[in-house]
Amino acid sequence: MALNRKAAFINLTTEDIEIKEIPKELREKFLGGRGIDMYLLYNHIKPGIDPLSPENVLLVSAGLLTGTPAPASSRTHVGGKSPLTGAVGSSNMGGFFGPELRFAGFDHLIITGKASKPVYLWIYNGKIEIRDASHLWGEDSITTQALIQEELADEEVKSMTIGVAGENLVRFANVRTSIKNAGGRSGMGALMGSKNLKAIAVRGNIPIEIANPQEALRNHKELIDFIQSSKYAEIMGHWGTMFIYDVTNSTGLIRTRNFQTNQLPNSEELECEEMEKYSTGVSACFGCTMHCRHKYLLKEGPMEGEYAEGPEYTTLGAFGTEVGNNRLHRALEGNHLVNKHGMDTLSTGSMISWAMELYEKGLIPDELRGDLDLRWGNMDAVLQLVDDIANRRGLGDILAEGPKRAAEKLGKDTLKYNIQVKGMSNLHSDERPTPSLALGIATSTRGADHLRSRPAIDLYHLPENVLEKIYGHEGMTSDYRDYEGKPWMVFWQECLYALVDALGICKFQTVFLSPNMPKWEEYSKTIELITGLKFTPDELMKTGERIYNLERMFNMREGFTKADDTLPDRYFEEPTPDGLDVVKGKVIDREKFEKMLEEYYTYHGWDSEGKATPETLKRLNLINEPSNML
Amino acid sequence: MTKILIADYEKCTGCRLCEMVCSVNKEGFSDPTMSRIHVIKWETEGLYIPMFCQQCEEPLCAAVCPVNAIQRDDELGRLTVDRELCIGCKSCISVCSMGGIGFDKRDKKVFRCDLCDGDPTCVKYCETEALQYVDSDKVQLKKQRNAAHKLHVALKGK
Repeated sequence: MALNRKAAFINLTTEDIEIKEIPKELREKFLGGRGIDMYLLYNHIKPGIDPLSPENVLLVSAGLLTGTPAPASSRTHVGGKSPLTGAVGSSNMGGFFGPELRFAGFDHLIITGKASKPVYLWIYNGKIEIRDASHLWGEDSITTQALIQEELADEEVKSMTIGVAGENLVRFANVRTSIKNAGGRSGMGALMGSKNLKAIAVRGNIPIEIANPQEALRNHKELIDFIQSSKYAEIMGHWGTMFIYDVTNSTGLIRTRNFQTNQLPNSEELECEEMEKYSTGVSACFGCTMHCRHKYLLKEGPMEGEYAEGPEYTTLGAFGTEVGNNRLHRALEGNHLVNKHGMDTLSTGSMISWAMELYEKGLIPDELRGDLDLRWGNMDAVLQLVDDIANRRGLGDILAEGPKRAAEKLGKDTLKYNIQVKGMSNLHSDERPTPSLALGIATSTRGADHLRSRPAIDLYHLPENVLEKIYGHEGMTSDYRDYEGKPWMVFWQECLYALVDALGICKFQTVFLSPNMPKWEEYSKTIELITGLKFTPDELMKTGERIYNLERMFNMREGFTKADDTLPDRYFEEPTPDGLDVVKGKVIDREKFEKMLEEYYTYHGWDSEGKATPETLKRLNLINEPSNML
Repeated sequence: MTKILIADYEKCTGCRLCEMVCSVNKEGFSDPTMSRIHVIKWETEGLYIPMFCQQCEEPLCAAVCPVNAIQRDDELGRLTVDRELCIGCKSCISVCSMGGIGFDKRDKKVFRCDLCDGDPTCVKYCETEALQYVDSDKVQLKKQRNAAHKLHVALKGK
């Protein structure tokens, strides 16, 4: 049956491996992927531990529908206590690793302890071996995958790896698979590196039974046709997320030169059409019809001739607007370099642009800066700093610690210039004109982030009745500058994203960047046809809510409070200087923000301090957590 | 009119959806190993080539089969394996130069693409139309048109 995958508990200190069944009750409450990871996080991580100590747990999970006839079901979730923030560590990646993990017989890996020397895991058809990785230590995240395939003499082996950034415990190091897929956020690569774990290699052919194969195929085809009939799918398939740049930059919604302005003039080169010069075609994750990734060769510079994939819109910020660069090729270099080193592109760009603003303000001591000329747009210095962060040299060593720890070393006055929430830097969007997006980054359980709850369709000025239909709630407002109606949008998106992360489905194929994508009803039907498990659309929304609540409970157990659900002061104090008239001169109104937060808590059933009430815990069946079901 | 299955590797995105839907359709489970089609990938070069049974006109697989289990179906232009007759000797696997035949470890017999009785599942799900099922009479013209299109674009650009 579809639900016969196992969970493996792997202790790298003792080398003990225990394989367990996944209780059906746990499946029904948390599904898989991020859902079960968050359950394991809450149940297996003792409060207050050092995230880089052997006591932390690295969780690697396939979604409930990963590798089956569900649209874009390629995803793997990676979790643990975040070395960057001390809050929920949670990241999600596409590619081919997740399906292969399932074909190898497993849905969940629970990795504890620390290996005495570098190792990698080799998982093949139900068997798990801990192998020496001394010879792989120091290799980049892409080469490591090729070397493992060579060593195991099987080109179909898929690996999740870390680059040198993970080895060096860069707190925003990520985990990587394929050429550009990354579990990017919250420092899961540092957690993996702290365990001396260089890679997890998987391969197998244990069939995943489908409850109703022919109907599941028909349903899959219907959903593909629905998804691909949208203009959005066509654009994504041609340009990838780069298409967003033109719209947001011309409006003035892009964080530029750290946070000094909200638009980068003369940056036509960063618009998606420019990619025609470099792109050699598109590439897709497992089973995905949207194929949103460019393939390209670097045409000049130190990595000339190397094959790469991407970039995402986020990288156009990280190595474009944020650092004041308007040349696409330099951004492409940045993209490939962070991928090889295995670092979160968002955090890396954000930390470097912060350093550039500090340099401009004279807040970086000369002895720390060395020869680096950190003037805006100096991409030689930016790429040097990427390398320095990954290898922990000089100023890079300090930036590698993430916003809060770096600010402790650079002076407490510096932190206010870093665009971060809960210790994680934001992407390059400027949310001052968009209260819904601002509320989303303030409340996100993993720190400033767009993939936890962003109601991106709020930017589309959809009519209110259409929004009310999509969001199933009254009182929606169609102007993205409004504060009314937005808390429900954020709450609703949180539940939806938690659900798709538990199913192993890509957010690009749910209601995120387009309103015409599958949601609760479609998932309800798909889950039943593939697994036989029955959930109503309402129950699925509740499942998303349950997952989100457990994350909130984890954070509060770690000492986070309502005070952490906020924005950098600059959002409240510095008006947007540029952009169209509709977005110019905007700050987030503190009072209205507080009111949004209060309303948002009400939807969750949290008290005025943002803590779940006993009634909420009862309603979501979380009253007995930790319940130690697995 | 006979139709043939062809691949345009330049359009293939390497997603392997064809492998998944083939295995679900034929076997009722998801396991690309049991797919009749496989996308061979050079991931570090971004090159992906779908491979499958070419339904040869002079099939070596049928020639070496000691029990005549492999027969040509002229109507659909395909080769079929009679799984009742197959003794699992694997000779066909050895002689096929395209890797068109697989071995099912469950029933110890070989399996191959049967073009889904004239409506190939892989083609239906291939979003970029890298896989196509086209009339044999039109296939050359179709490829020539594609090639000419590139020339057309280049000439127009001058």
